Amino acid sequence: MNATVTPMKPLHPVLDIVDLSISLPSGADRALAVEGATLSVMPGQTLCVVGESGSGKSMIANAVMGLLPRPHVAPVAGRILFDGHDLLQLTEPQMRELRGRRIGMVFQEPMTALNPVMRIGEQIGEVFDAHGNVPAAEKRRRILAALADVGLPDPELLIDAYPFRLSGGQRQRVMIACALVLEPVLLIADEPTTALDVTTQAQILALVRELQQRRGTAVLFITHDFGVVSEIADHVVVMQTGHVVESGPAAQVLGAPQHPYTRKLIAAIPDGQAQTVPHDDLTRVLQVQDLCKTYHSSGSLFKRGRAVQAAKDISFELHRGETLGLVGESGSGKSSVGRCLVGLAPFDSGRILFKGRNLAQGKSFRRAAAGKIQMVFQDPYASLNPRHRIGAAIAGGPIAQGVGKAEAMARAMELLQLVGLGADAAQRYPHEFSGGQRQRIGIARALAMQPELLVADEPVSALDVSVQAQVLELFAQVRAQFQLAMVFITHDLRVAGQMCDRIAVMQRGEVVEYGETQKVLNDPQHAYTRKLIDAVPRLAGQADVSAKVA
Amino acid sequence: MMQSDFWRRFRRNKGAVAGMVVLLIVAVVALLGPWLATNDPWAMVEQPFVRPWTEPGFLLGTDTLGRDILSGLVYGARISLLIGVVSTFVALLIGVSLGAVAGYFGGWIDAALMRFTELFQAVPSFALAIVLVAIFEPSIKSIVVAIAIVSWPPVARLVRSEFLTLRQRDFVQAALLAGQSTPRIILTQILPNAMSPIIVMASLMVATAILLESSLSFLGLGDPNQMSWGYMVGAARTVLRQAWWMALFPGLAIVLTVLALNLVGEGLSDGLNTRLHGKGK
Repeated sequence: MNATVTPMKPLHPVLDIVDLSISLPSGADRALAVEGATLSVMPGQTLCVVGESGSGKSMIANAVMGLLPRPHVAPVAGRILFDGHDLLQLTEPQMRELRGRRIGMVFQEPMTALNPVMRIGEQIGEVFDAHGNVPAAEKRRRILAALADVGLPDPELLIDAYPFRLSGGQRQRVMIACALVLEPVLLIADEPTTALDVTTQAQILALVRELQQRRGTAVLFITHDFGVVSEIADHVVVMQTGHVVESGPAAQVLGAPQHPYTRKLIAAIPDGQAQTVPHDDLTRVLQVQDLCKTYHSSGSLFKRGRAVQAAKDISFELHRGETLGLVGESGSGKSSVGRCLVGLAPFDSGRILFKGRNLAQGKSFRRAAAGKIQMVFQDPYASLNPRHRIGAAIAGGPIAQGVGKAEAMARAMELLQLVGLGADAAQRYPHEFSGGQRQRIGIARALAMQPELLVADEPVSALDVSVQAQVLELFAQVRAQFQLAMVFITHDLRVAGQMCDRIAVMQRGEVVEYGETQKVLNDPQHAYTRKLIDAVPRLAGQADVSAKVA
Repeated sequence: MMQSDFWRRFRRNKGAVAGMVVLLIVAVVALLGPWLATNDPWAMVEQPFVRPWTEPGFLLGTDTLGRDILSGLVYGARISLLIGVVSTFVALLIGVSLGAVAGYFGGWIDAALMRFTELFQAVPSFALAIVLVAIFEPSIKSIVVAIAIVSWPPVARLVRSEFLTLRQRDFVQAALLAGQSTPRIILTQILPNAMSPIIVMASLMVATAILLESSLSFLGLGDPNQMSWGYMVGAARTVLRQAWWMALFPGLAIVLTVLALNLVGEGLSDGLNTRLHGKGK
């Protein structure tokens, strides 16, 4: 059988996984990574496997490709039928013959998936070299066609370029070209857009959809994002801790989810609906006036250094109990502004006034703020010292500000209770906690200083969607309880819409739009804001919201 | 939990376990020296040139002046370990403080300290050690100082690079925001996370220091009041063809001890997971 025959038998699935179980090494949190999973991918259709991290969804993709780290992780039961053969029975050489030619794969991290010292053309050419002999001229012609096919500009130039010249989205396009160049029957995409900006994600999803319709490729799409699912899926399989809990046509699963877990996941998606209450406390906590910040990369004797303007004449003010969202894609300068606000990065010009007092640059900035400006960091794994117990980590700040040791520890216990962790957490080390729990600890650490301004730099972007919802809830709770002024930095408009009173949209260091959340989302003035809003993947069921937003 | 992890990985390295055993033996011998070796290592107690395993009480024979070689070995172990450990400690003290300051503050402080470090690295270390010992009178103190002075620069560079990366980590930023003092951040936030590679390097430095001390005493620059392995090899080299045992046993002692230290260093590196270091998980 080959690709030209398959579409003639539309009822015969391309990939049929029956009762697949995959074992985990002893000592893991469960015995089987995947237990009795059954799913099938029809020709020309997209099957989305959805689940949170640890649900075993990537394991299925790797099992199909024969990429499981045997013998620690190995399929122990079931069959994976492809073309009528059980892939689990094939030898390594037979699998190698299938990979690339009949099954293509796209990985999550485009920045590391390409060999940095190989030209783009050579990398795609390797696929040809691995599967038979194609003359050089013919190979080049087909690579150029493949690059043009995935919508890359100037294939003639790109084919001889090195990966570092390409952006993340362009690299992912190259990876897709690589996977599709031999016209496989099945494309496996493992979270291919997770590492990308929202506008780039929309482009890549459109590309996959278009290529699939044109070529009739079957797609097995792994993702954790229900928004992405609704954009691309024909069929959906929902996984929870190794089990398939729900499967069916996309419209059915998304519109009328049967399993409580599916309902929980869908409910956890931030809907962009503001949950904030109006406040009348007009104490100004923060004023930012004409803040400018430029990064200079050092030049050499023959080359002038490059200057990147991360912040250009940024101005805004924030009252007590109010939240401002800084929204933008990576490289827009939103994190740089955040770091200037807390005094971790110097700025070039402009003024930052905290409770009416001008904060000078550098060390005196932090001394003047006296710990009343705190930050919650993005990466929950890097933000806690692995060698410090949780209690000591939280109490360390107040102790440094002169609070007595016993009192600081007592307060740390209280805060741990407040953020939903038991007091016994104080005696444990960070590695014993999950990402969401660590982020709670990070919030408790910031609150220990009794701050008046909290800067949160992408605090939920590293978390699963259901955990994300819980952490956002915690933020809203502590904001109300402590009357915190908050600067909430995020790339996700849905999150910003839910959390913020006002939103500032940033592009290349400039605020291109600034106003009330509802106004910005419902009636965007700037073209870039509209582009961002359009790019947000959303559920069909959320049509009312999207209609409002659009 | 982290302790048992360490031992599990350390034990998996068979060489490291063997090295550990050898080191323990050397350490015990050094500690119990006076009780093990009944003869003063400097006293001429027998006829010279007694072959090993011929005379009861002189297991490894005697040297050109009739001194007990076994006693020499035992007392040599004391001096080798003492100098190795103490000089490494002093070198770590210098290297860690300079490297930490350079890596933490960066900028011109870093530049100045690194140029200063390179000044020492540019001079061949053994030559510098000889000059230093020759200028001061040869004594345990001067040898320790000389070895420490020639061996701190790599430590400083290692600690600096660790500090450069750890300084950027979010938990350090959080400590800054909390208003913790600079010494506190350096000592409690960053240094504990940089300890693993420092410990591994220290174990290898003890080995180098023992070799350096042996080389110095081989050249006659050792402490004249202390019997040392290097001195024994040096004294025996003129009669190498007539009396092989005089050079062989102290030579073997040096080789075994240094080898053991290197194996242990390797095992520590496995156990502390320095190759996976910095992942934070």
